[in-house]
Amino acid sequence: MYKSIPKWSIPLAVMLLLALVLTACSTPAPAPAPTPTPTPKPTPPVPTPSQPVNLNGAGATFPAPLYTKWFDEYFKLTGAKINYQAIGSGGGITQITEGTVDFGASDGIMTAEQLAKSEAARGPILHIPMTSGAVAVVYNLAGVSTGQLKLTSDVLADIYLKKIAKWNDPRIAALNPDVKLPDTAIGVVHRSDGSGTTYIFTNYLSKVSDEWKTKVGNATSVNWPGDIGGQGNAGVAGQVQQIPGAIGYVELAYAVQNKLPWAQLKNAAGKFIEPSLAATTKAAEGVTLPDDMKVMITNSSNPDAYPISGFTWILAYVNQTDKAKGETLVKMLWWAVHDGQKYVTPLDYAPLSSAAVTKAENEILSIKYQGQPLLSR
Amino acid sequence: MKCNDANTISPGRMRSWRFSGYSRYSDRIFSNLTLVFALVIVGILLGLVVVLTIDAMPAIRRFGLAFLSSSTWDPVREAFGALPAIYGTLLSSAIGLIIAVPISLGAAIFLVELAPSWLKGPASLVIEMLAAIPSVIIGLWGLFVLVPFVRSPIESWLGSKLGFLPLFQGPPFGVGFLAAGIILAIMVIPIITAVSRDAMRAVPNEQREAMFALGATRWETIRQAVLPYCRSGLVGAIILGLGRALGETMAVTMVIGNSYALTASLFSPGATIASKIASEFSEASGGVFIGSLVELALILFAVTLLVNVAARLLVWRMTSVKAAKE
Repeated sequence: MYKSIPKWSIPLAVMLLLALVLTACSTPAPAPAPTPTPTPKPTPPVPTPSQPVNLNGAGATFPAPLYTKWFDEYFKLTGAKINYQAIGSGGGITQITEGTVDFGASDGIMTAEQLAKSEAARGPILHIPMTSGAVAVVYNLAGVSTGQLKLTSDVLADIYLKKIAKWNDPRIAALNPDVKLPDTAIGVVHRSDGSGTTYIFTNYLSKVSDEWKTKVGNATSVNWPGDIGGQGNAGVAGQVQQIPGAIGYVELAYAVQNKLPWAQLKNAAGKFIEPSLAATTKAAEGVTLPDDMKVMITNSSNPDAYPISGFTWILAYVNQTDKAKGETLVKMLWWAVHDGQKYVTPLDYAPLSSAAVTKAENEILSIKYQGQPLLSR
Repeated sequence: MKCNDANTISPGRMRSWRFSGYSRYSDRIFSNLTLVFALVIVGILLGLVVVLTIDAMPAIRRFGLAFLSSSTWDPVREAFGALPAIYGTLLSSAIGLIIAVPISLGAAIFLVELAPSWLKGPASLVIEMLAAIPSVIIGLWGLFVLVPFVRSPIESWLGSKLGFLPLFQGPPFGVGFLAAGIILAIMVIPIITAVSRDAMRAVPNEQREAMFALGATRWETIRQAVLPYCRSGLVGAIILGLGRALGETMAVTMVIGNSYALTASLFSPGATIASKIASEFSEASGGVFIGSLVELALILFAVTLLVNVAARLLVWRMTSVKAAKE
C-alpha cells in the first residue's frame, strides 16, 4: 500500500510547485530590466492639456446603442476614449453624485432630493439633451394591424388604471368604429424594472389624468394597478406578443426594430398621431424650452407631435475639477449635439430640434474649470 | 538514482521521518490554515448581515414591523411593504416542491434500486446536466415554451373545470405563480434527485439483503428498509432544493409576471423577494427605496435561515424518534 505512492513524491511535488510558483512570480521582474537599456529615449508621457484623455460615463440604457456608436466614432476622430456603462438612469445619477464617473446619463429629470445631494457635493449639475425618444403603445389583437387602433389619453389612462377591462368597452369602440374589437380581457403589461421608459410613460399619464397623478404618479418605477410586469423592452414586448388581448408600452426604437403593432394616440391638439421619429422631434418644437432643459415634452402642444416623447440627457457638473477631462468632455458634448446628430436617425432615435440644440450649446458653454469656461464659440 | 534510493528506504527510517517534527509542524500549520478558512466563511456571513442591516436602516426606521405586514410598493410615495413578496416567495417555492419532491424521490429510487445498470450512468448524467443549466436559460425557455403551455391548455383547463376554487380564478395570462412554481420544480428536481440518490446509495446492502431474506417484496424493502434508513438524507435533499427555490431569481423573474399582488389565485402574476430585488435595484433611488429593497434581502436571509433551522429540527426529531423506537 505505502509502496504504491513513494513517500518522497509529496515533498518533491511541493518543492516543484513552489519552484514553479517562484519562477512564475519572478519572471516579470527580470524581463523589464533589460528593456530600458536598449531603448534609447525613454520619454515619459507628459499629458499636454490639449491631448484628449479617457472619460468614464454611466447611466441610462435607452440611449446606450447611440452612445456606443457616438463614442466609437468620436474615438476614431479624436483618439479620446470614452467608456460608457449602461447601468440604468438611477445608477447613472448615483455615480455622478458620488463622483465615480465623469458624466452621467438619464432619461428622467433628477428629483429635488437627488439634485440637492449632488449639488451639495459638487456644485450645480447640467441636464444636457442628447436625443429624444418616444414610447409606443403596442398591443396584441388578432386582425388589428399596426396603426389601426386609435386611443385617446383618457382611455389609455383608464386602461392602465384597470377601469376599462375589456377590449369591446364602449369607450374604445367609440374611437374605433371600423375595428372589430373582441370580448377579451385587456392584459395590461408594464415594465417590472425601473426605467426611463416608464418615467416618460407615467409622466404622460400624470399630465393627462388627474386620477393617475393622485393614485399612481410619475417615476421610473410606480405602484402599478395593472396586471403583468416584463423585464426590459424585450420582456414587455414578449408578454404582449404572447398574451392575446395584451397592451404594453416600449421604446419606439424597439417597436420599430421588432415590428410591433402600435396604436395611434390623440395628441394635445386633438390629432391622432402614429409614433415616428419626425413626430418625436416635433414634440420639442413650438414649445418653450427652459434654459436648464429640465423639461418633459410629453403631451406637447405642437399639432404634429407624438404625445409620449421625451429627451434623454447627459448629466455633467458645471465646475469641472480636472482641466484635461473637462476639455475632452465639452468637446465631445459639442460634437454630439452637432455632427453626432447624423448618427441618431439610423439608430431609430429622434434628432434634437434646432431650438433644443441652441439650448444645449449654451449649457455646454457654461461648463467651467476654475471659473474659466472650457469652450468658447 | 535518487529514485532508487528513496524506494529502498527502510521501514524504520521511513517511520522516523513521517513522525518527526516536520509532521507535527505541518499538522499545526494545516489546522491553523483550515481554521482561518472557516473563520473567513463566518466573517463573510457576519459581514453580509451587518452591511445589509446598515443599508436597510432607512427603511427599518421608517416602517418598523409594519414593513412585514404592509402590501403596498409605491416608489412615488415611498411607501413600501414586504408581504406580497414574502407570500410570493413561499407560495412559488411550495408549488415547486409539491411538484418536484415526488418526481425526484421516484427518480432517485428508480436510479438506485430498480434501474438496470447500463441505464444508471447515462440517466444520472442527464440529471446532473439539468442541474448545470444556467437559470437565465431555463428562464428564457420558460418564457417562450413553458408559459404559453401553462396558459393553454393547463390554466384554461383548470379554470374551466376547477374555476369554482379561488386557487384557479382569474384570466389565464400564463405568467404567474403557477408558471414560477413549475420552473422552480424543474430547477430543483436535479438537486433533490442527485442528493437523495446519494443518500439511498449509502444505505448498506445488508439492510436490503435482510429484508429480502425475510421474504419482503421490492416495494416493502424500499419502503421499510431503505427509505427509513436514509430519511435524514432525504430531508436534507429536499431542504437543499427548497433553499435554491427560495433564492432563485432570474428564471422566476422571467415567468412570474412581476405584479405586486396578494391574491389566492395561482394564475395571478406575482413577485418573489428575489425577483423584486432583481427588477428594481438598478434603478432604485433615494434612501428609503434602496433601504426597502435591502430589507427585503434581509428578510429573504431570515426566511432561508428559519426554513433551514426548521428542517434541522425536523431531521433531529425524526432521528430521535427513530432511536427511541429501536
